[in-house]
Amino acid sequence: MTASVALKKEDDNYSARLVFSGNWLFEEHPDHTKQIIEELSAADLKKITLNGKEIEQWDSLLVAFLVRVLSVCKEKSIQYELLNFPQGVDSLIDLAFAVPQHVDTGKVVYSQSFLTYLGNVALHSWEATKTAYFFARQAYASVVRLLMRRAVVRKVDILSEIQKAGANAFPIVSLICFLVGLILAFVGSIQLKMFGAQIYVSSLVAIAVTRVMGAIMGGVIMAGRTGASYAATLGSMQVNEEIDALKTMGISPFDFLVLPRVLALSLMMPLLTVYADLMGIMGGAFVGVFMLDLSPEDYFRMTMKALSMKNIIIGIIHGSVYGVIIALCGCYQGINCGRNASAVGYATTAAVVNSIVWMTVATAFLTFLFSVSGV
Amino acid sequence: MKQPFLEIKNLKVAYGENVIMRDVNFTVNQEDVFIIMGGSGCGKSTLLTVLTGLKKPDQGTEVFAGHPFWGGGATKADRDACMRKAGILYQSGALWSSMTLAENIALPLEQYTNLMPDEIQDIVALKLDLVGLGGFQNYYPAEISGGMKKRAGLARALALDPQIVFFDEPSAGLDPISSKNLDDLILQIKESLHTTIVMVTHELPSIFAIGTNSIYLDARTKTVIAQGDPHELLKNPPNETLQHFLTRGEK
Repeated sequence: MTASVALKKEDDNYSARLVFSGNWLFEEHPDHTKQIIEELSAADLKKITLNGKEIEQWDSLLVAFLVRVLSVCKEKSIQYELLNFPQGVDSLIDLAFAVPQHVDTGKVVYSQSFLTYLGNVALHSWEATKTAYFFARQAYASVVRLLMRRAVVRKVDILSEIQKAGANAFPIVSLICFLVGLILAFVGSIQLKMFGAQIYVSSLVAIAVTRVMGAIMGGVIMAGRTGASYAATLGSMQVNEEIDALKTMGISPFDFLVLPRVLALSLMMPLLTVYADLMGIMGGAFVGVFMLDLSPEDYFRMTMKALSMKNIIIGIIHGSVYGVIIALCGCYQGINCGRNASAVGYATTAAVVNSIVWMTVATAFLTFLFSVSGV
Repeated sequence: MKQPFLEIKNLKVAYGENVIMRDVNFTVNQEDVFIIMGGSGCGKSTLLTVLTGLKKPDQGTEVFAGHPFWGGGATKADRDACMRKAGILYQSGALWSSMTLAENIALPLEQYTNLMPDEIQDIVALKLDLVGLGGFQNYYPAEISGGMKKRAGLARALALDPQIVFFDEPSAGLDPISSKNLDDLILQIKESLHTTIVMVTHELPSIFAIGTNSIYLDARTKTVIAQGDPHELLKNPPNETLQHFLTRGEK
């Protein structure tokens, strides 16, 4: 029998009966409980009797509804009496009312004017800038301590980070940079073919990849792979109080955790950039040889002609700067992570986004610098 | 005579070559407060992961409310169906940090019942009231204390009115008063909802306050070396290891 409840008013108009029947179960919930609560709230009652004699089965649905009804009764000072309810219901109701409701029910949502909002954004930005400055200063001090051989850093950590940031990144760097070289060659060949100059695809790919594309693609891959990993690892250590444990032992987390990562990525990024350049050229060669019918000898001869040490070094400089940026962004977000699981997710996302934003800013700055200096 | 709710036979659990426990046999009856006790590293929590379907035993069977759970041709779908009758309170509370307390409790109700949103909100409010957290609906787990997290975790474990609730060291990290209050709460809820309780703990005050039946897992022999009402075991300990444990090594 489906759950049912009926509000029956007595002749005196000041008292009523609330009669429950049927199976008060999650799967057979009555559809008129809201209506009963509204009727009860609107009625001018002094006394109500709740009768559960005809209840067959019950679960929390019944108790939740009863608590709601009794709350209305308490609010409206209606005297109530519970009759014939199944064993256990009374004690659950007592338990539910045992602790008074917490008064501040949740967050206070402040409405704020646009100016207040702007002010808050400015204040938060200022705080974030101060934290970033403090972080950069600590990282610098850490490097100085390393040079003075006073930093507490384990050689095995540096080597392990070098392996993770370097050798372990080879497969993904190979694939992405090969494909980028291939795409560049494809796109370039569309125009160059029209003039019968498809041989210059090799020069296009060689110059583009070595000067900046290899470094940028390597940087984006490392931001998503290694930078995110730094933020997640250090963030989890923050959650597990491992960073607090280092601090209380007098060991600087910058020396112990940040330094090996910054060193590893700064050392590996130039090498990865050179490797990315090579893979990009291979990708271009694949299109040149197999799609544009160029001979491998011609392709590599033109590539060697187009390659210049200046472009390669510019690419390596880009890569080195990206390495420092990615490592610092990843470690910064990890070290300043909150203390719960969602904060780790936020830190990881922020590490990747910040790395890419600052890489773009650095690229613009370096491009401007090289242009002005005529390089 | 109480009906058996969980029946464990010849259970063997290992991580690779490392055997954690073997020849484990016990029965949890309906409305028991069944304590799984033992020293650190004896495999109590591992046993709980087996009982709740998270880890497959290497050998043995588990029957859950009359249905095969491990062995006897039980599938994952069978275990999932059984676990809908169960609630679990993890050691840390294991609340989902990106959700408010109300959302944490509402999720299983939204998932497994066809209740209307306002009915779900009423039940969420009731569950929080029962654990003494009425009014904390909109708080995030990060904004409440460790003890409150445990109580909120209990409210979530009770969301679907489970027939059995598993507790993994509920008193760990709580002060003695909070620990006693939590024990009282567990008892009150058990008596009102007629829930069966399985609790992993090595907190002696909790064991004697609420336990009606128990097993003792021994790390050395890797099996159950004592079984029964904890008070009876204290009076007549069947072996020295258990006597040592129950008297904190003082006798």
